[in-house]
This record gives sequence, structure tokens and C-alpha cells, in this order.
Amino acid sequence: MNLPVIIKFVIDLLAVLLLALGIKGLSKVKSARDANRLAAFAMSLSVVGLLSYYLGTSGIAIQSWIWIIIGSTIGSLFGTILAKKVPMTSMPETVALFNGCGGMSSLLVALGVAIFPISNSVENLDFFKSLINEVSISVSIFVGAITFTGSIVAMAKLQGWLSTPGWTQSKVRHFVNIVFAVASLIAFFDLINGNTSSIWLLVIVSSLLGIGVTLPIGGADMPVVISLLNSYSGIAAAAAGFVVDSQLLIVAGAMVGAAGLILTQVMCKGMNRSLVSVLFGGSLSAQSTASSGSGEYTNITSCSVEECALTLEAANKVIIVPGYGLAVAQAQHTLREVTKKLEQNGIEVVYAIHPVAGRMPGHMNVLLAEADVPYEQLKEMDVVNPDFPATDVVLVLGANDVVNPQAKNDSSSPLYGMPVLDVQEARTVFVIKRGMSAGYSGIKNDLFDLPNTSMVFGDAKKVLNDLIGELKDLGVGEK
Amino acid sequence: MSFISLLWVLLLGSLLGLELIGKVPPTLHTPLMSGANAISGITMLAALTLIVKAEGNVPLLIIGSVSLGFALFNVVGGFFVTDRMLAMFSRKPSNKK
Repeated sequence: MNLPVIIKFVIDLLAVLLLALGIKGLSKVKSARDANRLAAFAMSLSVVGLLSYYLGTSGIAIQSWIWIIIGSTIGSLFGTILAKKVPMTSMPETVALFNGCGGMSSLLVALGVAIFPISNSVENLDFFKSLINEVSISVSIFVGAITFTGSIVAMAKLQGWLSTPGWTQSKVRHFVNIVFAVASLIAFFDLINGNTSSIWLLVIVSSLLGIGVTLPIGGADMPVVISLLNSYSGIAAAAAGFVVDSQLLIVAGAMVGAAGLILTQVMCKGMNRSLVSVLFGGSLSAQSTASSGSGEYTNITSCSVEECALTLEAANKVIIVPGYGLAVAQAQHTLREVTKKLEQNGIEVVYAIHPVAGRMPGHMNVLLAEADVPYEQLKEMDVVNPDFPATDVVLVLGANDVVNPQAKNDSSSPLYGMPVLDVQEARTVFVIKRGMSAGYSGIKNDLFDLPNTSMVFGDAKKVLNDLIGELKDLGVGEK
Repeated sequence: MSFISLLWVLLLGSLLGLELIGKVPPTLHTPLMSGANAISGITMLAALTLIVKAEGNVPLLIIGSVSLGFALFNVVGGFFVTDRMLAMFSRKPSNKK
């Protein structure tokens, strides 16, 4: 072992350690921000390690430097701009886009090595070694392509650029995807047999497979898919690590892959869905409207913003239940103004956060934090559920399925077993909602029929603005 | 590095990942996903290797450079966006009153 090898070994080891500490630190609120920086530092350290290794051994040609600088400048520039500009509400599609690009990168590396074998892989004519090389290239291309097209479709669907085509909800899609999968498998083995031209077949069919699998999935399940694709991009990175013989890449890729799987599992649990039904079940609303729970509402009480304000003024304890609708209406800042007024009047305000509130687990916390809501006021479901009986008013803002009592009472309901917030235990429940349409499960919400529930119809942001006006008229929050 | 030892690396890395993510409060799921996503851009090292070893092969240099661009878009964007999210949590206590 000469010096550059030893230096690179030490730096790689340090980088892995710091990356692991970074991921670990990201799991605690206090240390999360520093941990993120630590991980970023570890990444740059790994680049320094790699470049210094090549400088110390084979040297780096001027031409290489130029292309390194071009690629890294453009990539970092666009990444920085997007990261600074994107609104917090579009976080899921942003993560999807970044993730897709990571997959694309692995795909391109494998493609490059396959078309133009780099020096060290040519020298090894050993059959076993070249087989491993072919396999890792194929895996990298396969997973990379699925990650890329899948993520892009996920992003387009979340942005509303793509809708769910009708045929993808029929059985045809399984047939189509099986054809793509079989074709990728054929290309895979053909490639390993040494037929390099089938690499393009592999690229095309695995890209199509990524589209075919993601397209039928409904918007509500998309976060699960993004999390899964995030895991895939880790696997693609690990496969690329085998292609270029880098342990660091393999470790980091494997860590991300495993972490993504766990996170996917957690998300599925929170939504009471199994991963299998997310991936192969199609859009949930398409199934369930036909089956159960599509009954009519019989006992809807609708009320004005004014009544709502009067009830709030008289309350001692208010719990806010924010949901997807609030995120879509971008009403988190307006909500914060309302709660500020209530707090100034000595009313206790708490936010009940369902594990999958918003558009991704934890997304609602980010949105509320952006609106300056103190972290201590955000209460998780298990903590807040015993508080509902002692609560005067619950404001449900754009949440639906997560407050459906059916999940507890009706064993025939598709929601049965999903953990929900027991808002019906409170004295009065106000549901602010645009219309009577069902939540993304497509299931009737029994909460709306209960005598202590009143509906306030309207866009969340507009209703909250009106509420601010009414509270002002009542003199709430003025000193 | 032999293939077998690389497989060991893969196995231990996966176990490490499973262990690290074990208990995360739901609050941090989105930032964690975003941060882990940034780390998956580690393929930038593979892209760099490709460029360095291209030895004047221009198409390969271009592929490597594009690949590096995509990877860094993922890494830099991912870390910045994660930081933006986490900044919102950490500034909370000081803003309270």
C-alpha cells in the first residue's frame, strides 16, 4: 500500500462514519440541522478523498478537470436555485425530482462504462470478474432507469401535469407491466451473455417499466412511492459502486436504500395501507367508491364563520387538526394569525398532527414551522388523543380520512384499523371544507353526520381570513 | 477489493441503514427523506471516476460530466432544501415571545 491509497482509505472511512452519524443525527429534532451539515461535509470530504487519490496516483488530465468543472458547476447551480426558490408546499415533488436525477446519474455511469469500458475493467479478462461487472452494470441501469422515470412521473402527477389515464386502472396495466418486466429480464440476460447492443433495450424497457408502475398510483399514495424510489436510488448508487469498485459508494448506497425502505414501511403503516396494495392496487378511490361507505349524509349541520368565531371566543381549549387541504390552500400563515389571536385571549391552542397529515409524513410539521408555530404546540396523535374529551372546540382544516370515526367503529370500512384522531370526543367540532366531497380514500366520513359537528364550507384560506375579521369584531386578541 | 468483500460491505451497510433509521419521530420524516435522498447522490463519485479514467475519450467525458451534473443537482439541492426545512424547526424557540 502506498501513501495515496492509505490516505484515500482513511478519508473514505471517515466519510462513512460521518455519513452514518449524519443520518443518525437527522432522527432527532435538536441535532437534525447540524447532522445535515455533517452529512454534506462528509460528501465533500469523499470528493476530496477521491480527487487526491487520483492526483497522487495516475494524475488528472486537464481535459478531465474541464469536464468536471462544467458538470459540477451546472448541477450545483441548478440544485441551489431550485432548493432556494421552491415553496415549502411543493416539497414532495421537489424530493421526487432530486431523487430522479440521482437515479439518472447512476444510469449514465453504468451506460458510460458499458459503452466505453474503462481501463481497469479491460485488464481483467477473468470470466468471473467480467460477469460481476456485467451484472452490476445491468442492475445499475435497470434500477437507475426505473428511479428516474418513476420519480419524474411522480413529480408530474403531484404537480398536476399528469392525470391518471383510465386504462391504468383496468387490469390491462398488469399485463403491460409484466411485458416490460419480462423484456427487461431478457435484455438483462442478453447483456450478461455479452451482447452489448441489448443495453439500449434494457434502458428503454426499464424506463417504460418505471412509468408503467408509477402512473396508475393515486396522488395520495405518491409519497409512499417517492420514499420507495428514494430507496431505489440508494440501491442504484450501490450498484454503481460495484461498477466502479468503490466501497464508499456501496456503503452509502446501501444505507440510503435500507433507510428508504424503513421510511416507506412507516408511511404505509400510518395510512393503513400495505406496500403491495399501494404498488399494485391502483388508485384507492377507484376501488372503494364501488364497495362500502358510499352512503348519503343525513344529518349535516352547516354554519357560518360568525357562529364559528363566537364559539371559539367562548372556548378555553382549542385543538387544530390540519390536513392536506390546508397545505393545498397554503393557508398555514393565515391559520397562525387566527391562533395568535386566540392565544392572546388566553385560549389554549394545540395542533394535532396525524402521522400522515399533509402530503408526506412530517410535511405538516414543516409547513406549520414555516408559519412560526412554536414546536411545543405540535402534538402527535398518541399524545393528543386523550385530550379531546376535555377540549371545547376542534377545528378540522382540510383533513378528512384521519378524523373518520369509521376507522374505529365500523369493521366493514376499508379504513378500519387506521389510527385516527378522536375529534368527535370534543364538545364542538368545526370542519372547514370546500364541499362534501370525500377524502382521498373516497369514503364517507361519519364525523360530518354527528350532532356536535358543524361544517363551514369554503376554501380554507378564505374561511380563515373571514374568521380573523370576525374575531377582530368580537374584540378577540386586542389588548 | 474482491467481490466477496464488496458483498460484505453491501450487507453491513444495509444493516447499518436499518439500525440508524429505527426510531425517528414523524416530524422528521420529510427532512430525513430529503437528507437521505441527498446522500444517494453519492454516485457523483462514480461519475468523477468515469471522467478521470476517460483518458481523452470525449463521448465518455461528456457522459461523465452530464452524470456528475445530475448527481450534484441531487446532492447540493437536496442538502440545501433539507437545511431550509430544518431551519424552520430550530429557529422556533427564539421566536416564541
